[in-house]
Amino acid sequence: MGEAPLISWEWIAANLADPIGTRLLEHLQLSVIPLLLGLLIALPVGIACVRWRSLYPATLTAVNVVYAIPSIALFFLLLPYTSFSLWTAVIPLTLYTLAILVPNVVDGLHHVPEHVRQAATAMGFGPLRQLLRVELPIAVPVIVAGLRVAAVATISMVSVASLVGLGGLGQLILTEGFRRQFPTPIVVGTVLSVLLAFCADALLVLLQRLLTPWRRERAAGPVDEPEQPR
Amino acid sequence: MVLWFWEWFADPAQWSGPAGIPVRLAEHLGYSGLALLLSALIAVPVGLLTGHTGRGGFLTVSVANFARALPTIGVLMLVVLAAGIGLLPVMAALVALAVPPILVNTHEGVRGVDPRARDAARGMGMRERHVLLRLEVPVALPLILLGLRTAAIQVVSTATIAAYVGIGGLGRFIVDGQARQRFEMVVGGALLVVALAVFVIVVFAALRRALVAPGLRQSKAR
Repeated sequence: MGEAPLISWEWIAANLADPIGTRLLEHLQLSVIPLLLGLLIALPVGIACVRWRSLYPATLTAVNVVYAIPSIALFFLLLPYTSFSLWTAVIPLTLYTLAILVPNVVDGLHHVPEHVRQAATAMGFGPLRQLLRVELPIAVPVIVAGLRVAAVATISMVSVASLVGLGGLGQLILTEGFRRQFPTPIVVGTVLSVLLAFCADALLVLLQRLLTPWRRERAAGPVDEPEQPR
Repeated sequence: MVLWFWEWFADPAQWSGPAGIPVRLAEHLGYSGLALLLSALIAVPVGLLTGHTGRGGFLTVSVANFARALPTIGVLMLVVLAAGIGLLPVMAALVALAVPPILVNTHEGVRGVDPRARDAARGMGMRERHVLLRLEVPVALPLILLGLRTAAIQVVSTATIAAYVGIGGLGRFIVDGQARQRFEMVVGGALLVVALAVFVIVVFAALRRALVAPGLRQSKAR
């Protein structure tokens, strides 16, 4: 570590706005866009896989194969096409979220009990209204569980994008910290990245409670979240 | 782009010398294998213990979630500054990456064993050790293998960062290619990493076939 202290508060104070703040915002942007895009794609794909069951195995294989492509490799492979734009980071990260979100959307919709479905039909709900008012709300906890896993994974993966020079907190770690052999930016970047992941996780838990008010009455006991073992 | 890459790949100069593909591939596999082995040695026993006793489960999952949120680059660079360039920072970063999936899956796998089967095993007079080794481990094996596979894929892809701290591996092609503005080299290195990831999937499919009891194999393959 040399003579440099692990954390220099003066450096943090002096660089709070420019490198630290801007990199944090970049990081946020690079994580939120793929998550939203991923959800936007995973919902219709998942719904389609539930309606036409034969689609699901092929879809699952496809997203898993994409998930197996190393993120660093994918960033570099996209560089010739998208150069140093936002898309070089957003496209791979979106694809990765699909491998987590699509199975969760499908599992969530499978969670809807048959008698609930029949009751909705008996009440005269058409297929679309049944999906929007009954099936998706019941699936919310499982979908949010997937979003939580995807959010943490995406936020930590954005740092890798910095190796390609796409910004984010990883850039703070690499350019300000590593190139200058100065530990403070590395600590700041790492801590902020972890904090961001925790905040995102907490927000998603909150979102789920808001979206599923009927579960709150039962929340006294242990919540039987079908967490994905991944 | 395929042609471009093929030109680089088919060049005999790539296949010999200390910077050739075979050497880099061997380095890459060596780092990945070592990191995976270390992670498994840490995570599997802990996961078996917490899963079997049911104690410390919350802590285990919390620690794993925290470790999952750690940016690999940050861990790598921090250890580099603390301990200097070499194998240690790479191993620290890769182990931090590989432990959570193995740990969580082992824990969940053992916890998920049907309590009735566990009672039956005890009723048959099995000792705790045997309950764990003869019942819980075989039943949890599909999930444990899945965790190892996830970890292996992440380790193989992330071992690329070894090049950034100067100890070789396939990442060298990416780093050097970027520095020399030779894109075919970057693409070649990236594609080799992809090929390794596919190789990992194939190996784990074979392992699953060889190790998992036939009665358990139909369970959802995820």
